[in-house]
Amino acid sequence: MGRYIIRRLLWLLVVLLAVSLVTFALMHAVPGGPFNREKALPQEIIDNLNARYHLDKPLPVQYALYVYEVLVPQLSDIPPGVSQLDDALINIRLGERLWLKWMNFGPSYVSSSRTVNDIFKDNLPLSFQLGVMALTFAVTVGVPLGILAALKQNTIIDYAGMSVAIFGVSVPVIVLGPILVSIFGVVLGWLPASGWGAKPPWTMGLFPSEVNLDYFRYACLPVVALGFGSTAVMARLSRASLLQVVREDFIRTARAKGLVERLVITRHALKNSLIPVVTILGPLFAALVTGTFVTELIFGLPGMGKYFVTSITNRDYPVIMGTILLYALFLVIANLVVDIVYAWLDPRIRYN
Amino acid sequence: MAVRSDVLRVGAGGVPLTRQRESLWADAVRRLLRNRAAIIGGLIVVGLAILAIGAPVFAPKSFSEQVLTDNNVVPAWIPRVFPFMQPYARISDGYPFGADYVGRDLLSRVIYGARVSLTVALVAPLISLLIGVVYGSISGFFGGRTDSIMMRIVDVLYAFPTLLFIILLMAFFRNTYAKPDPGTVAYAISQLDQRTGGLLFIFVGLGITAWETMARLTRGQVLSVREKEFIEAARTVGSGNGRIMLRHILPNIIGVLVVYETLAIPAYISTEAFLSFIGLGVNPPTPSWGIMIADGAPAIRTYPNQVLLPAIMLAITMFAFNFLGDGLRDALDPRLRGTQ
Repeated sequence: MGRYIIRRLLWLLVVLLAVSLVTFALMHAVPGGPFNREKALPQEIIDNLNARYHLDKPLPVQYALYVYEVLVPQLSDIPPGVSQLDDALINIRLGERLWLKWMNFGPSYVSSSRTVNDIFKDNLPLSFQLGVMALTFAVTVGVPLGILAALKQNTIIDYAGMSVAIFGVSVPVIVLGPILVSIFGVVLGWLPASGWGAKPPWTMGLFPSEVNLDYFRYACLPVVALGFGSTAVMARLSRASLLQVVREDFIRTARAKGLVERLVITRHALKNSLIPVVTILGPLFAALVTGTFVTELIFGLPGMGKYFVTSITNRDYPVIMGTILLYALFLVIANLVVDIVYAWLDPRIRYN
Repeated sequence: MAVRSDVLRVGAGGVPLTRQRESLWADAVRRLLRNRAAIIGGLIVVGLAILAIGAPVFAPKSFSEQVLTDNNVVPAWIPRVFPFMQPYARISDGYPFGADYVGRDLLSRVIYGARVSLTVALVAPLISLLIGVVYGSISGFFGGRTDSIMMRIVDVLYAFPTLLFIILLMAFFRNTYAKPDPGTVAYAISQLDQRTGGLLFIFVGLGITAWETMARLTRGQVLSVREKEFIEAARTVGSGNGRIMLRHILPNIIGVLVVYETLAIPAYISTEAFLSFIGLGVNPPTPSWGIMIADGAPAIRTYPNQVLLPAIMLAITMFAFNFLGDGLRDALDPRLRGTQ
């Protein structure tokens, strides 16, 4: 298991390198540069800016510099009392004035006073909270719904649950969002139609500093809009999986030895039926995390979504690279965690 | 848990005891026709296709003509449904569902919008199928080092956040081919894209990002068929790799692949709508439901009809394809009923 995880982590590095290479090539292939403005800047200024951000170097050199800055931890000597620049994502204090800085995603070209990590720090937590809440919503509503539908197969409960599920699969966020807003935000006026109930600074870098009823009122519509599709996926999958498991031999054995039906379901069927549900959590997490982009655009939330789209139109190279790399990292780690949980749930699976 | 009656009728090896053995396809068609939801879905899809093809006949007005004096007008029935509109709504019965913010007929735009969604529903799966099947069958058929290298590449592509990647791709296409010099290849491509209202690049973008699942599925299927006796038999009589692949393996696996591609259609439709929503999809004034939702969204508090009409059409289309896809899957592979 340990060797498997190490191999997967090495593989992760390869994947991230490949992702960064393709992204780098693609974004530099788009004509125009970050300093092309409607009102053209004097050539000397553009030259200076290009030199400042190493954009005058050949592309392979630029790429190598970028990878070096992100991947290789740097020691930096900061005298006490001097506030350190938050240019790296991970800052570890080693000594009196010695800091280890890792994952420096560079400056943003467009807002020159901010680094990509500043942007992450301010805007990523919102996307994170939205994604996590949507995932929680999908799991806590979808799985019980699916289990209930399976236990009451071919009854009105089953049909109702699966109708909700097919509705969820069929209605994308850009449809559900406006519909939810017009019903609950405009016509009924129960919930706020846009905005988010918390602002930076974030607690522990990710969480809202104050969680109250208002926070959840603001979160309600976007979380439901984003999570509904995944809820439906969870419900259908857990229903199908439980239906398959209850037909297995070991369930028949459990029944044959006279076990109470409640115990057959809770002890034997449920745990086994959850295995496919866990495996889909990785891809689902991926879908939700990137889905936050759509939701944020619809509900006007200041998360990463707007930044990513504007950074592309602005040719803000470090922001584009940083965002894609960070999300790719999320995906690969989510899949790794899922694989490990999978092996733990199902002892028949051994990675070697 | 009661044993289902149709399980009882199946004997050893899954051969039905009570009826004549049918071919796979006849059996599938029979099961599909018995599935009411799938039939309804199929009828809706056919209806939409007729609507899309006959758009010039069905649409009462032009989809691009702007009558600025008629901006945001609504027919008399809409303020009755949304009473809060009564103080400010301007009534004009020339538009069955109202006009948008520059005075274009919403109904006509929605009808023409069906063309975009249905073309995506037809072409995107074909591209994904083409790339995925070729890639996956090469990988599965040759196995060994070829297989592991090709599948590693797919693994890497899997790590791309698809939506972000497709946004980047679309920005790349839209900017690279914005103003090419006449006579170059880029110019020809951009002309083709202009003619299709921007659909060409949507297809390429969807195609590039969507084939990986199909490749994995194909590889798995090829691996399961590759070692069967009839393949060995074909090899013994001297068939080459190409012939075995095309004549023996492909016909055996294509059914499953097509079904899975059908299940993916709603995802393509919603991705196109999303790309158009953020302004990277079809070129205005080509009406796509995504663009219409984006145009209508700012006015959602005052003129909800502008966003609801395309939203409902999009939802109905997605429903129809989901029902049809589910029905097809159940019909071709009853063991998978209710999964995914």
